[in-house]
Amino acid sequence: MSSRLLPFYATLAIFVLAYGVCVFQFPNMLSTRVAGNLLTDNAFLGIVAVGMTFVILSGGIDLSVGAVIGFTTVLIAVLISWYGIHPLAAFAIALAISTAFGAAMGVVIHYLDVPAFIVTLAGMFLARGMAFVITTDSIPIRHEFYTTLQGLYLRLPGGGRFTLIGGLMVLVFAFGIALAHFTRFGSYVYALGGNKTSAELMGVPVARTTIGIYALSGFLSGLAGVVFSLYTSAGYSLSAVGVELDTIAAVVIGGTLLTGGVGLVAGTFMGVIIQGLIQTYIVFDGTLSSWWTKIVVGLLLFAFIALQRLLVVLSDRKRLLRNTPT
Amino acid sequence: MRKFMPGLRKAAPQLVSLGVILFFNWLAFPGFFDLRIQDGRLFGSLIDVLNRGAPVAILAIGMTAVIASKGVDLSVGAVMAMAGAVAATMTVAGHPPPIVLLSALAVGVACGLLNGLLVAVLELQPIVATLILMVAGRGIAQLITEGVIVTFNDPGLIFVGTGAFLDLPMPVVLAAALALLAVLVVRRTALGMLIESIGVNRSASTYAGINSRLLIIIVYAFSGFCAALAGIIAAADIRGADANNAGLWLELDAILAVVIGGTSLLGGRFSILMSVLGAIIIQAMNTGILISGFPPEYNLVVKACVIILILLAQSASLGGVAWLPRRIPAAKSKEA
Repeated sequence: MSSRLLPFYATLAIFVLAYGVCVFQFPNMLSTRVAGNLLTDNAFLGIVAVGMTFVILSGGIDLSVGAVIGFTTVLIAVLISWYGIHPLAAFAIALAISTAFGAAMGVVIHYLDVPAFIVTLAGMFLARGMAFVITTDSIPIRHEFYTTLQGLYLRLPGGGRFTLIGGLMVLVFAFGIALAHFTRFGSYVYALGGNKTSAELMGVPVARTTIGIYALSGFLSGLAGVVFSLYTSAGYSLSAVGVELDTIAAVVIGGTLLTGGVGLVAGTFMGVIIQGLIQTYIVFDGTLSSWWTKIVVGLLLFAFIALQRLLVVLSDRKRLLRNTPT
Repeated sequence: MRKFMPGLRKAAPQLVSLGVILFFNWLAFPGFFDLRIQDGRLFGSLIDVLNRGAPVAILAIGMTAVIASKGVDLSVGAVMAMAGAVAATMTVAGHPPPIVLLSALAVGVACGLLNGLLVAVLELQPIVATLILMVAGRGIAQLITEGVIVTFNDPGLIFVGTGAFLDLPMPVVLAAALALLAVLVVRRTALGMLIESIGVNRSASTYAGINSRLLIIIVYAFSGFCAALAGIIAAADIRGADANNAGLWLELDAILAVVIGGTSLLGGRFSILMSVLGAIIIQAMNTGILISGFPPEYNLVVKACVIILILLAQSASLGGVAWLPRRIPAAKSKEA
């Protein structure tokens, strides 16, 4: 079991090391301001990554998350600015729609037995397309409730701000960890990702669990959309393009196996924060261009996948040695 | 003629949908089928569909081989951007077109080799292995162009994107030639069958004496080559390399074209010509939405609905209802 947690420890070590290097170079990075901003700037990515962790743990993939975030921001902006609906009601409507959308994809994946990859690809086109159909303009959100929400923060010692959306991300991660490790649903997800056939034979309700997983991912994408609209005070159909890739990268860097069955929600948190750290470093440096983020994330992805592969090979060999009568 | 009948019958759903789409296009725009020759090149909406669809068709040719081997190549869009960036910067630096073309294609093949090594030797899942290059590739393309859109005026390179050969636009000629060559190579030799057998069951194929490792590497290298060719065409078409937007989301269109063409994402039986047909169907749909005066925003929604319909049709024809025992995809004999 401990070897399965090795990728998580490796992520943790890399994070500590990377943060150490950053602080060594720019002592100002060791401040609560930077820590608070890391949480705030990556809040939507973290929230959506929790949902993606469950999807990947179950052996699936959800390519629609970025498009659902974009759709949600547009929907909320239109409901508030054009129809004068109270933001809380708009949030409820958006979350209901995104959850239903995820559940519908789960239904198609399970009952039609189509690869999750292609179903969520269609979902991505559909969500992005619906956002375009509503409007292609960027709609600003001006509402005193939004200003109130954006002004809410805890002042940390040292001048840092622990904002509402950063706190929401931490809450979602706590909820995700509890759901994965202390509920029946969580163990069903791990069982499904380990081996679908044996899970089914052991009595795991595959249909309900699959639909639940994608509904959860849809709900969290919607929530990330809410956070994104709070973060930018606008709704735009092209927002969060490519976030699905950042999310998958965060989950993999966090030590979750893409084959499913192995991984930790807490690891995903580290994956998100490491990506945020790279961006913060680039901002602090000032001479590097932002495309270095992509290259470094790509290299990290490769390193982690290679590490996981190595561990699997090693554990297979060990098992083989143990089972061979000598 | 009799030899072509089974092929035609198999392609019937795709041909009928293409016909229906073209019919609607004709309803929306009565001049849709008009063709005329001007400045030594055919013009008309129909030619436009082929011309615009050529890059996706080229991607789909490579993608078909990859998907048949039970893989998928997500990096083709990023490879397009990289090849375009290499071609543009080298042209600006003053290298002659043949060297530029060869280097850009070599970049694509190198990317494909990397993917192939990750999949075949490190035995990573194809989605993951190619995701690495998909994420990093665009960054590398930005690195090559140094973050700006590199524009060029070299007539040799521009010819690849906008020139004409035998009255046909160059991209169409290139796509057709590549498709023909690929079909000849995979169907007149055992290569196609070997790829199918790897896609159905890789370990069984290896035990049967197929060098599956080498074949998988070749398949991904071929996909990288196709992506580079598509990238050169895309760059030559706009006379510039845009590292951010060149080939963006085209990997999804290429996969969609392969799926519409009837090749299963689970590997095995494949048909390159059907994938090309799939690419043409997608483009006919795009063009139809544009000329019928619908706002282009509906494009994605329509595309999504088409994918869902195709999934339903495929699932129904396989009897793929969850409570029935799943049918094992048998290694059918080739007939393409």
